[in-house]
Amino acid sequence: MNILVGVSHVPDTTTRINVASDTISIDKTGVKYILNPYDELAVEEALKLRDLHKGEVTVVSVGADVAKEAIRQALAMGADKGVLVKTVPSTSMDVAKAIATVARETKPDLILLGKQSIDFDGMEVGPMLSELLDWPAATVVVSLKIDGSKATVEKEVEGGKETIELTMPCIIGAQKGLNDPRYPSLPNIMKAKQKPIQEIVVEAPASLRVTLVKLDKPEKKRANKVLKVEGNASQMASQLAHLLHDEAKVI
Amino acid sequence: MHILVYLEERNGQIRKPSLEAITAAKSLGATKLSAAIVAANASAIVEQAKLLDVSEIFVVDEPKLSNYSSHATNKGLHQIVLQSGAEVIIMGATGRGKDLAPRLTVALDGGYVPDVTQFSLDGSQIVATHPIYAGKANAHIKINTKYQVLSTRPNLWKASKDAPASAPVITNVRVTFEDKDFTEKTISLTLAQGKLDVSEADIIVSGGRGMKGPEHWNLLEDLAGAFGAATGASRAVVDAGWRPHSEQVGQTGKTVSPSLYVAVGISGAVQHLAGMSSSKTIVAINKDANAPIFGLVDYGIVGDIFEILPALTEEIKRIKAH
Ligand SMILES: Cc1cc2nc3c(=O)[nH]c(=O)nc-3n(C[C@H](O)[C@H](O)[C@H](O)COP(=O)(O)OP(=O)(O)OC[C@H]3O[C@@H](n4cnc5c(N)ncnc54)[C@H](O)[C@@H]3O)c2cc1C
Ligand SMILES: Nc1ncnc2c1ncn2[C@@H]1O[C@H](COP(=O)(O)O)[C@@H](O)[C@H]1O
Repeated sequence: MNILVGVSHVPDTTTRINVASDTISIDKTGVKYILNPYDELAVEEALKLRDLHKGEVTVVSVGADVAKEAIRQALAMGADKGVLVKTVPSTSMDVAKAIATVARETKPDLILLGKQSIDFDGMEVGPMLSELLDWPAATVVVSLKIDGSKATVEKEVEGGKETIELTMPCIIGAQKGLNDPRYPSLPNIMKAKQKPIQEIVVEAPASLRVTLVKLDKPEKKRANKVLKVEGNASQMASQLAHLLHDEAKVI
Repeated sequence: MHILVYLEERNGQIRKPSLEAITAAKSLGATKLSAAIVAANASAIVEQAKLLDVSEIFVVDEPKLSNYSSHATNKGLHQIVLQSGAEVIIMGATGRGKDLAPRLTVALDGGYVPDVTQFSLDGSQIVATHPIYAGKANAHIKINTKYQVLSTRPNLWKASKDAPASAPVITNVRVTFEDKDFTEKTISLTLAQGKLDVSEADIIVSGGRGMKGPEHWNLLEDLAGAFGAATGASRAVVDAGWRPHSEQVGQTGKTVSPSLYVAVGISGAVQHLAGMSSSKTIVAINKDANAPIFGLVDYGIVGDIFEILPALTEEIKRIKAH
């Protein structure tokens, strides 16, 4: 079973996000980049399936050279090969088209992605890839069973779960709970340095689909009334109830 | 500007985020507003849609869609867009909406902005605001392509209740579906009975490690009951196995924007704030006056939850009683 995994290189979750002077990008000084947390689940699932069904796990990232770090981390977890599609994607459509190009060449049986990348929180690449390749897809997947050429998944939806059947080859978006991603062992980290990362160059799209007009920080003024009256719980509770009823008007 | 709003249904009902999308569409000053329905035995949904403030309802009624398939639904919606002539398509950013909208964008070779929290107009051009980096920044985006696809974050716009000026025109759209359109289909949907999902609740009471253990959750549920709220959780208690992942709010959980969010025994880590900072009113209860969450609240109580929760439950019941 040959599996292709999409990995994204994103700022660490604790990064302070400041808008750069050009007001359309973030200030990258001091920003630590990591493998997108959801993509660790996708890599782990691919490794488990490879060890079960034999085959190869190829990891693809679409971006600038620095995205190789995300590929290295996936290789250190145990993936076999890396592919960097060198371009600076302006939308998820560019990412999906680039991954589709790689998939058409390498013909995997399965593409595993994360549920979303935590930089733009778009949740777009999976469904877009599904339409571009005309492969079935399911995202936000918490359980995956493969039987011959049929995949059965459980997907989280508002208020519950859906069971979905897909014919392979197909695309799966991994949600927390699918598995517990392994930490790269030291030997694997060393071995990963020798593993090949193929580079493909695709030209940027002719015209921009969307224009980022402005980036700014959301600021919402909060009342910030913190009751610290020592002692009587019911006095504070009563005060809060009245604030919620009379001032915030939410009850 | 002709705007088409996709109506999502579940268990025979049009979902609230679709009604919110209509309000959002109207705020853009659409010259024509129409609705799209793609479903099996759609008549029940069409009847409900006739009450909405739209001038035309485009319907793809296909028995094979009794098992939901996102690819097939997209095929139907794509045909509706082409036949309707609309160039702006809006839908609620529900689980299904966030799956369908990117597919439609590919079919139309258009542009897409997901999870929109605010619209503005620059002349006649739509500017859509989408929170990025888990809400730490807002991207204001214009779509340059002919077709503009947008999904609106639930719970921000009011669900439209306006009646149509005149009875909407019903237009049936012919689409031929083949078996290969159904290589992915939903077999079953199991809903946790009676529990309101945090992503849909208007009031949420969330518990963190400060609750000390799952056995104390009844205190939280009592308060939630008094508010008529759903219960949420921090990742710490989900990882500890006290609460299910479906309740987790935050960076790797759900993003919510209720009218009231009550954080109980939650310190306020960046990754938790990422999931709830767009709530209209935020309350925290924590024994540590220096807990980071107090930097983001509208109201807070510094105290022990074992004293505060029962007292607050009573006070909320009392104030709601009269
Ligand atoms: C990649 C990544 C993703 C993450 N995603 C999420 C996410 O989606 N959601 C999330 O929540 N976290 C997430 N986290 C974890 C986050 O960093 C914090 O670890 C977590 O939110 C802490 O949970 P907590 O506030 O319940 O626990 P703690 O930080 O331990 O806070 C407990 C609080 O309870 C208070 N307390 C204790 N006893 C009492 C009492 N008797 N009465 C009143 N107050 C009391 C304490 O003062 C303290 O402030 C993520 C972390 C990473 C690295
Ligand atoms: N630049 C990228 N390169 C490779 N894979 C990506 C990239 N961006 C997103 N993905 C994959 O698509 C998933 C969903 O991302 P998104 O649609 O951007 O939220 C991610 O979890 C990755 O698996």
